[in-house]
Amino acid sequence: MFNAAIVGLGKMGLSHLSIANTHPEIQVRCVCDPARYVREILDKYTTVKTYSDFRAMLQAEQLDCVIVATPTKYHTEIVEAALERNLHVFCEKPFALEAEHGYRLADMAERKGLVNQVGYHYRFVASFNEAKRLLDAKLIGDLHHVRAEAYGPVVLRKKGLTWRSHRSEGGGCLFDYACHAIDLVNYLVGRPASVSGSVLNGVFSSGVEDEIYSTLHFAQGFHGQLATNWSDDSFRKMSVRVSLWGTNGRINVDRQELQIYLRSVDQSAENLVPGWNVRYTTDLTPAVWFYMRGEEYSAQIDHFVQCIKNGAGARTSFRSAADAVLVASMMRKDAHGQRTPIKSAAVSGSTAAARDSSVSSLPGRARELVQVLLGRSRQG
Amino acid sequence: MDRVLIGDNQFFGINHMSEEKARAQGMRFQETAAIIEVLDAAYAEGIKTFMCTTHERVAEVCAHFRDNREKYPDYKFYPCMPYAHKYANAATEHGVVGAFRTFLPEENAFSALLSGGISLARKDVEGLAALLIDAEMKMFSGLHTPVVLLQNVATDFLLGLGFDEAFRIFADRIRKRYQAEPGFITMNAPRLLHTLQKIGIDNPIICTNINKLGFRMSGDIEKYEQLMAHGECRLIAMSVFASGALPVRPALEYVCSFPQVKSIVFGASSRAHIGQTRQLIEQLTPRS
Repeated sequence: MFNAAIVGLGKMGLSHLSIANTHPEIQVRCVCDPARYVREILDKYTTVKTYSDFRAMLQAEQLDCVIVATPTKYHTEIVEAALERNLHVFCEKPFALEAEHGYRLADMAERKGLVNQVGYHYRFVASFNEAKRLLDAKLIGDLHHVRAEAYGPVVLRKKGLTWRSHRSEGGGCLFDYACHAIDLVNYLVGRPASVSGSVLNGVFSSGVEDEIYSTLHFAQGFHGQLATNWSDDSFRKMSVRVSLWGTNGRINVDRQELQIYLRSVDQSAENLVPGWNVRYTTDLTPAVWFYMRGEEYSAQIDHFVQCIKNGAGARTSFRSAADAVLVASMMRKDAHGQRTPIKSAAVSGSTAAARDSSVSSLPGRARELVQVLLGRSRQG
Repeated sequence: MDRVLIGDNQFFGINHMSEEKARAQGMRFQETAAIIEVLDAAYAEGIKTFMCTTHERVAEVCAHFRDNREKYPDYKFYPCMPYAHKYANAATEHGVVGAFRTFLPEENAFSALLSGGISLARKDVEGLAALLIDAEMKMFSGLHTPVVLLQNVATDFLLGLGFDEAFRIFADRIRKRYQAEPGFITMNAPRLLHTLQKIGIDNPIICTNINKLGFRMSGDIEKYEQLMAHGECRLIAMSVFASGALPVRPALEYVCSFPQVKSIVFGASSRAHIGQTRQLIEQLTPRS
């Protein structure tokens, strides 16, 4: 039995409290939040002990682990204090406001041999894990494009009262929403080496962005796109979808279903046929001991416990979360970068320019061939 | 409770297997008339209970039934509250307390309290719960609502928290103010029944996933089967086809074989499908 504390009792903290409280190997001893009304309700109606100050709580209680679910700007300070006391830490996403803070905490936790996990719960959704397994087995061949999308109905009006509408506190679609899609890309195909053409735009918000679009470039040569928008109420709730194209087919995956299109199938591919194959979450998802709002929320808490028990590294480690923050930060930086101006073509263009434009309209391989014939290198 | 109830997931773009199907359904049922058409088909097939969330569009359905009472003299609604996504989305935008404020009447005993951050527990959690329940029930005014259920996100959140008294508060309000039976939707039925018994809510109505696949029957499938065989509760089975993952006949054979399953709720969109399902359920229900 591990003694746990929860810091921060907003939507996620309360959700973690409800789930962790039922876990057979966790004893949630105490919780902490400055908001008096939440503490008073818990004091009156539940058995969990409440604190208003996390340092006082860490001082007073004998703990094994802590779950941190405060607004993002407090994460670094609280996680550091917990690690100093040799506690295993589960922290909510996006983890840190600056990637370097995240990497520093990852170094610290790894040095001390403590379990460190971040709430990127999509890594616990069965369909995404099955997609990862198929990708790792090279089922769709060599990857050439990945597209990650996240849409949902969060900000639908010009107004916002919480920390989520302040960039300095970790608000905005990039850190609050897009991070999930970024982390999934990192999980499924690895971290991009660079980003370009990033757009961060406020649809209704003025202080933060409500939508992000970006092009991703990977060291292995493939590329991708990210599209996220939390001002889309055509979706009932957050929807994350990843599409991947390879030389032998394609995968579309969301929380509910996994669609696999294969050009050819070799013998090692179990139960898969050429053409479309569909797998549903109802078949892929293992049962959990307690269900509150999706198997993945329970599964990630159980994973945390099992990692503590077995001394294993978490699937969503501090380091992997810092990677997601790093990619998000690169997008923000890139969004302020240079654009390529589009100029009208000169009326009396040279023959070379006309030839160039006809060459550039050819498909990739043909273009390369023509350019070789014209005596130019690929870079030329 | 009737043996067969019609649910509303299919009307509001909810499908646990496919977002594309969910969206197609959302488009099909964009007009409330399309929903009523299906409810009419179900009514013609003898299904006289609509088990529905407090989704804002259900208000339009309610208005239709209110305006045409003579057409459906024996019609029943089983409201399921709260419609959780509106709270969850509001909590992301306004914070937890702000979200509650959004759904309360503009002027109420709690507005000053919430904005002032004054003690909530000390004042009156029951009073706040009553206001929230009443706000959700408003759309059903004048309609017959013999059972009112607490949605699974709320039930299971409170269950996990150990806030057992909340179930009593809900049950009392539903009984006293609406002369209705309280019900509880859950994905953790064995654990919930244990808790409800502990606080003296006997023989409760529990609505939970029951399917051969074990999909979202959390905890231990054996405990579920014990509950379905001889638990002291009245079960409403939902997700009996596991969102379409299971073929109809074996799915219904399984669920109909348990004596404590009193009702089965399912969502369907065509009269033929509704009729077949209802007939099959009746056929498979052992005569007592």
